[in-house]
Order: sequence, then structure tokens, then C-alpha cells
Amino acid sequence: MSKQRKAVALISGGLDSLLAAKTIMEQGIHVEGINFFTGFCVEGHTHAIRKKDKAKPKRNNALWSAEQLGIKLHIVDIIEEYKDVLINPKHGYGANMNPCLDCKIFMVQKAKQWIKENDFDFIITGEVIGQRPMSQRKDTMPVIACESGADDLLLRPLCAKNLPMTLPEREGWVDREKLHDFSGRGRKPQMSLANEFGFEDFAQPAGGCCFLTDKSYSDKLVDLWSARGRKEYDLDDVILLKVGRHIRPKNNFKVIVAREDGEARFMQGYKKDFINMNCSSHRGPLAMIDGAPTEEDLLIAAQLTARYGQGRDAEQVEVTIREKNGTERTVQVKPFKGDEIPKEWFI
Amino acid sequence: MSKEILNAKRLLCPLPVIRTQDKIKTMHVGDVLEVICTDPGVMQDIPAWCRINGHKVLETITEEMLYTIIIEVS
Repeated sequence: MSKQRKAVALISGGLDSLLAAKTIMEQGIHVEGINFFTGFCVEGHTHAIRKKDKAKPKRNNALWSAEQLGIKLHIVDIIEEYKDVLINPKHGYGANMNPCLDCKIFMVQKAKQWIKENDFDFIITGEVIGQRPMSQRKDTMPVIACESGADDLLLRPLCAKNLPMTLPEREGWVDREKLHDFSGRGRKPQMSLANEFGFEDFAQPAGGCCFLTDKSYSDKLVDLWSARGRKEYDLDDVILLKVGRHIRPKNNFKVIVAREDGEARFMQGYKKDFINMNCSSHRGPLAMIDGAPTEEDLLIAAQLTARYGQGRDAEQVEVTIREKNGTERTVQVKPFKGDEIPKEWFI
Repeated sequence: MSKEILNAKRLLCPLPVIRTQDKIKTMHVGDVLEVICTDPGVMQDIPAWCRINGHKVLETITEEMLYTIIIEVS
């Protein structure tokens, strides 16, 4: 009796990885999923903080995909290790701060390590030649296989027929004829295959689940590094860059102003980590101050905070400032008018 | 059989799921884990993770801004 072959599938939560895994399962291979959490994949739930996104499902699409496939999913925290990938990408960044090629190499490398530790035979991904401008090109796909160390243990079922044979194909563990030859950015072959497999509801996130592909987010990350004078971050930075309106009047401090109640509630959890303030004479948002503000800077922050509250048109409002240790004081300030805030302050 | 509590407050998904997954790896069949979270997304994700991995959700509790999931390790 032949050995039951086992593959680990990189599951992002999108349609392609779902189809790639299903294609291999159909050939009698035991498949389990692996999903890497870099810290930048929190979009769905961070969006869930905001009211406008309440209608969106709060599900994790990788878990959902695994459930559709009926396979186990291993979610691996790579936040710390990923920092080096983001800060020093050998192959550079894409249109924004997305180091897509280095990211894919790193994830396949981690998957290679995982199959070795767990006695699996090969790795599958949902990559398609020409699907993405940086990591899924004919010339970069061999780079991923080579630099990750996976080499011919890396099988891309959706475009395998356009690529050299891999070990699972040569050994007859999978039938190459039943694999696919998808290429390009079109989605018709995927939709057709999804239909064939009976998948009706699936996530199609633009740019994947990574918000490093988002310009606004990337601008905030670059600003953070620039203000600190060094490229470093922790998970709270990653999350807070996604929350609130970010305004930097000076290099030594920025103000994060909640845009709505959901964000204010979320930011409450960080009140002990930041000087924070809100308008106490009128209704208004919570604001947190990141950096090392002077007393004069705090008055600017208070004027900004007041700008986004119901006292924005008042001659003077009272703002309560809370230090990290919880001590409170109040100041009287005149809220900024809209045209008094320089555009370049907005990150 | 032991009962343990995992504080996953302030973490956004999928971190509560990862912490739950890692904690359960150290526990035994029949043990009970109570996971306390602040991200409402856990009410979908942790039960989904439990279904995939064969663990049993005994109870889910929503109280104010806290979401608690009680799991029996299977």
C-alpha cells in the first residue's frame, strides 16, 4: 500500500488558495492549512471597530476557507520575525510599503520548516503567474522556490502546467494533467473552478489581506519611522496606525483623534500608554498624543481635539488632559478652524 | 481535568485565536479553557477554530464589551 502523502497549503483566506488546496485534495492528498499572521492582516477586525464596517462579516477568512475545505488550519504568529522582512526587504517594496516578494519567500521558507517538523511531503500555494505585479510573475516565481529553500517541493496547482515539474508531479503523488494552467490577472478560470467545486461564497480581498498595500496606511508607517528616526515598530503601532485620524503638527508628537464612538472605545484601552485628552465642556472625541510633546504642543493638540467636537465653533472650550499616570488637568483653548490646520499636518 | 483562564483582552483577531490554539496545545483532553476577549470577532473565529480542530465550545457569553468563550479540549 502506498504511503498517504501530505501537503500543507498556504491559506490566505482568498479564493486562489482555497482552490489550490481543493485541487490537491481531489487527488487524494491529505491537506492541512497554514496561515501566517504578520500583524498586518488585521484589516477585517480593525474595520469592525468602525461603525461604517459593522455590516461586514467579522469572520477570519482563512478559518472560513479551512472550514469550507474541512481541513485543519495552523495559524502561526510571525510578528517578530516578520519585522526584518518589512524593514530590510532584499527585493524592495511594491507600490507602497508592501515587500510582497520577500514576504512570499519568507512564508514559503516557514512552510518548508513546518513540513520538515511535521513530516509532511510538500507545500502548495494559490499563486498564479501574472496575477500580481511583484510576487506572482514568471520571473519571480522561481526566485520564491529557490530563495525559500523549498525548490521542487513547492507546487502551485493553479498554474503548475506553466511551470517546470515539481517533485510531487515527478513522483506521481499528484497527476500533473489534473492541475491547471491559469495565468494573468483575469478571474474567469478561478470563478469557473469555484463553481465546479461548489464554492459560492468566498472572499476576494483586493491586495490580499495585507494593509501594507494600502497607500494611506503605508504613509502613516513611513511617518512613524521618520519621526522616531529609526525603522522599528511593535504590534500596538501596527494596530493604532489603522485607528483614528492621524495629525502631526511637529516631528516630536502626533495626535490620534477618534473618528467615531467605536474607535474611541477601542482607544480607551490605550489610555494608560499615552497622554490623552477630550473636550469636557462639549461632546467630543478622545485623542491620544504619541511622542514627547511640550506644554505648548499639548495646547496645539487640545485645539485640534476641540476642532473635532461639538464645540468646534465656540470661542473657547475646556479640554481635559490626562497624563499616563492618570492625573488630570483642564485647559481652555480656542478650537482650530478647518482652514487653520495646515494640510501637511494630516498623515 | 483542570480549568484555565486565558486573558485575550485588547487583542484583535486572529491573535486571540492564536493564543487559544497555543494554550490548548499545552492542555489535556477534558480540560476546560475560558478565553476572555474584547474583540467581537472572536465570537465567529474561536468557535470556527474549535470546529475545525474538534474542540467543543461549551458556552459563549457577551457581557458589556467582554466576550467570553468556554472550551472543552477534545
